[in-house]
Parts: sequence; C-alpha cells; structure tokens
Amino acid sequence: MSTWFEQNFPNVVYQGWSGDTGWWTAITQTIYMTFWSALFGGLLGLIFGLGLVITSPSGIAPNKTLFWIFDKVVSLFRAIPFIILLAFIAPFTKLIVGTQIGTTASLVPLSLGVFPFYARQVQVALTEVNAGIVEAAQSIGASFWDIVFGVYLREGRSELIRVSTVTLISLIGLTAMAGAIGAGGLGNMAIAYGYNRYATDTTVLATLLVLILVLAVQIIGDVLARRLSHK
Amino acid sequence: MSEPIIALDNITVSFKQKKRTITAVNNVSVHIERGDVYGIVGYSGAGKSTLVRVINLLQEPTSGSVVVNGTTFFKHDANTNDKIRIKNNDLRLRRQKIGMIFQHFNLLNERTVTENVAFALEHSKLSSKEKAQKVADLLALVDLSDRADNYPSQLSGGQKQRVAIARALANDPEILISDEATSALDPKTTNQILALLKSLNQKLGLTVVLITHEMQAVKEIANKVAVMQDGEIIERGSLLEIFAQPKEQLTREFIETATNIDKAIETVGHQPIVHNLAENAVFVRLSYVGKTTDQPLITRLFRDFNVTANILYGNIEVLQGTPVGSLLVILQGTPQAITNAIAALNDNEVDVEKIKGGQSL
Ligand SMILES: Nc1ncnc2c1ncn2[C@@H]1O[C@H](COP(=O)(O)OP(=O)(O)OP(=O)(O)O)[C@@H](O)[C@H]1O
Ligand SMILES: [Mg+2]
Repeated sequence: MSTWFEQNFPNVVYQGWSGDTGWWTAITQTIYMTFWSALFGGLLGLIFGLGLVITSPSGIAPNKTLFWIFDKVVSLFRAIPFIILLAFIAPFTKLIVGTQIGTTASLVPLSLGVFPFYARQVQVALTEVNAGIVEAAQSIGASFWDIVFGVYLREGRSELIRVSTVTLISLIGLTAMAGAIGAGGLGNMAIAYGYNRYATDTTVLATLLVLILVLAVQIIGDVLARRLSHK
Repeated sequence: MSEPIIALDNITVSFKQKKRTITAVNNVSVHIERGDVYGIVGYSGAGKSTLVRVINLLQEPTSGSVVVNGTTFFKHDANTNDKIRIKNNDLRLRRQKIGMIFQHFNLLNERTVTENVAFALEHSKLSSKEKAQKVADLLALVDLSDRADNYPSQLSGGQKQRVAIARALANDPEILISDEATSALDPKTTNQILALLKSLNQKLGLTVVLITHEMQAVKEIANKVAVMQDGEIIERGSLLEIFAQPKEQLTREFIETATNIDKAIETVGHQPIVHNLAENAVFVRLSYVGKTTDQPLITRLFRDFNVTANILYGNIEVLQGTPVGSLLVILQGTPQAITNAIAALNDNEVDVEKIKGGQSL
C-alpha cells in the first residue's frame, strides 16, 4: 500500500508531513492566514459596511461626509489588484508586524484585501433589512445602538452569514497568492512545489485540499444561514 | 376646552429632489384632543403618512410646530428661521409614549412574538421578571398568549398586527398612531383589529390617530375625521358632520364608498320605474341625520302635499349613537306639490338631491 502510494505520488511523499515544506505545515498556514485575516478584515469590513448603511441618505444617521469617506476608502481598496496590494503596502506591513515577508506578515495585506469586498457585501446584506422594521424600532424609542445591534445585525444575521461564507471562500483564494511574499500555505504548495517543479501530483493534492476547505466552509455557512433564518 | 394632546400647527413637509421640490404636506394644522379617535382619510399620495410621521418626528417637518402632550418637539418658523428641536434622548423617551402600527406590521422577523414585544421594553426600568409578566399581559390583551413562541412568519396577517399592537402598547403610550394598519387585512380581520383599537380607546383612554383610505374603518371607530388631498386637509369635523353634511366632492366620494349608496343608485337606476320615469315624477335622494328619523315624514308628504313617495332603497347607519339615513325615493305629484313637499323636507333638515327627472321644478 505505502509502496504503491510512494510510486504513484512520489512528489507528495517527498514534501513530507511536517517540516518547513510539509503538508501539515501548508494546511495550518492556510488555515492560520484565513482565520486571522477573516477576523481582522471581517471586523474592518463589518464596520465599513455598517457605516455605509447607517450614514447613507436613507440610514438612521445620515451623514454625507462620513458616507463619502466610507464609500471612497472601500472603492479605492477594491480597485487595487491583490497581487499589487501585497507589494504596495509592504512598508506598512513592516511597520505593524516587524517584517514584510512570512505567514504573519501576509495577514496585513490579506485583511486589507478582503475588507472592502466584505464591506460591500455587508452593505448589500444590511440594506435588505426592511426600512419599515427600522422605522418601527425608532417609533418605540429604540436607541442608535439598539437599532445597530438589535435590528440591523440581528435581522440581517442570516444574510450576513451568507455573505461571510462567500467572503471566506474568496479569502481562501487570496491566501494562495500570499505565497508571493513567502507566506506558504496550500496555494504556495500547488504553485512553488507543484506547478513550478512539474510535480503534478503535488499540485493535484494541494488543489484537492483547498477544495475540501472551501466545501467545508460552504456547507457550514449554508447550514448556519438556514438555521438562523425565520423569514 | 382642554389642551390638545397633539397639536400640529402650520406643518409643511417638502422633499427636495434633484430637479424639483415635492411638498407632501402643505401648511396643515391639526389639533387632536385626548381620547379622540381621529380618522385621517385620503387617497394614496395625499400626504397622510408624512403628516402623522411628523407627530413622533420620524419625519422632521420643513416648517411648523409639533407639540405633543404639552412638550414642544419641534418648532421652525420659516420666516424668522428660528428652530427648536427636542433632544434625541428626550425624543426617545417621548416616543415610548406614542405607539405606532403600520400596514406591513414591521415585526422583527428573527424574533419570536414574545421577543418582539420585549424589544420595546429594552429600556424600561422594570425588572426582568416584571418585563416577562408585562409581555404576557400584553399578549393576553391581544389574545395571542398561545402564540408567544412563534416567529412572525408563522402568523396570519391579523395575528401579526396584534403582535404589533402589543409591541406598540408596551410602554403604556397615551397615543396610538395607526398608519393603514388594516389595509392589508381581509374585512373580517379588519373589523377585529378596529374593535380592538376601539376597546383600547375606551378602556385605556388611548388617543388613536387612524390613517386609512377606507372610510368604512373611520365610520366604525372614529369620532372625528379629516380628509386629505394633495398635502392639505380639505375638510374636517366630527364623524357625524362629515357623514351628514359633506361639503367637498372628495369627501362625498369617500362616504359613498362606505355606505354603498353609489352602487344602490346605479342598481336602482336600471329598474324600469326609474328608467322610464313618469312625467310627474322625480327620483331623489333624501339624506337626514338624527331626530328627523323619528318623524313619519313620508306619511306627511302624502297627507299634507298629496305627494306619493315610493322608497326604492334605504340605508340607515348609526354613527356615534346617532342615526344617519339615506333614502332613494320617487316622488310623484303635481310640480307645485312636489316643490312644496321638498321645501317641507328641507324645513325638517332633510337634504334632497335630485337624481333624475323634475326638470320643471
Ligand atoms: N422620503 C420621501 N422623499 C420624497 N418624496 C416623498 C417621501 N416621502 C413621501 N414622499 C412623497 O410625498 C407624497 C405623500 O406621500 P405619503 O406617503 O405621505 O402619502 P400617503 O397619503 O400616506 O399615501 P398612501 O396612502 O399611499 O400611504 C407622495 O407624493 C410621496 O411620493
Ligand atoms: Mg401612507
């Protein structure tokens, strides 16, 4: 059995399990990058998305200036291709993390890359919260934060989970590119050790593992979104 | 007269759009007394919602003054540009005392019936035990105790509206604004909701502002009515005044939809007796209010004027305890006799409107 595997997937075996270039290392790197940048970028995106909805002309605290700022920042960051962003913000990354290469360093561009995407998704999700419900909440004397947490985030939560799923999946895609700044991960495995070295078996396995990750996120997201919806 | 609980004075609301300004409410003043059920009727786009949303400042007026229960919420004089506006925190507290219900219920979809009502008590000083009791009491009041753990999607329209009413009542408001609250409901459910509003008005002394395009609803429970058109109130008065002596064409139209008299005129008009109206006959509509109904008028017409009255259709409503009637009648006799008879009817405060015939009168 093991010899059959060694014969047919020599490069996969060559990479090893642990160690700097091992499979387990790549898997944990991808999960590490996805998790932390989802957290930071997600929080930033949520704040900007909420800000866009709240300060919009039809929001609960219309404010032209703030809306303009939120809108332009999001648009600007969305317009920068990720691979360029990686290089472009390297000095900023160094300022925060202390280094501009490696897995942890990649969290900065990954967070900044995913946040505008998520902000727009959040904006769309929360705009779908019925204006009448917000108005009803105002009419019973709900405060600003009651409406943010009790109405927007609560009523929109199923939709938020749906867009978070979409965002997470595209974030997993972005982590593949982070290999360019030495962040490792499954994407790097597929390209640097697989594609570049004509090690097709390595490419295939790395792709398969990414696929499994994406599928797991999708399934969990769908189940959660469905569970939390009472519409 | 006591101070009105709601005093809107010279309210104008305009919306600036790219090219033009829409004036949704144009210099309207309304005073609503404590305990009133004040009906505001008008067709779509008349400005009803915009006007009532001014009461709790969901809509800030362009100019005018809003005084609720003695507190000035807003005051802006377009000429001097002086502006007073209640502080946001105070407004929130005041809003708790002004319940509002809507056409589309606007319940929180992701919360159960209990949670929806409890949401209104978030800032209440009650202990959590007292809150739970209060919610239970409110649900009992609207007869939904058995649905406490359901989500809105599991309820019928009428049940949803009752949850909305319970929520609106959570902070013991003195005013309840109902913006087309029955427009999405079937007639039977509409009547249940109206009966509930009426009983709240009577039991709790709740002042109700009832916006609707259905005169039928107003007729059921209102004691005062205002008719809106193009951002203005074109006619107002007690329910009785409006129903008995409508002055404006639009008011008549609304009343006719509520009494079915327009349909009756059409149906009766097709009958041979009206269609081939005799030379010496006239087809009229008699309208009267109150005590007139007690007199044997029709008998008198024959006895005193020798005019026969053939009643083809009759409708009597009792509005706030006073009968209001409409009869479709063919009067027959000599022209002079009919003229005298009509004069006598008018003397008895019966309004006579000729519908067909009687050109010689
Ligand atoms: N936020 C807004 N911006 C621009 N125009 C508005 C706004 N709100 C209302 N209007 C306009 O003001 C006018 C009155 O609207 P309003 O909703 O008060 O009418 P309504 O009498 O309540 O009608 P309906 O019976 O359909 O509810 C309409 O012409 C409407 O288009
Ligand atoms: Mg309306």
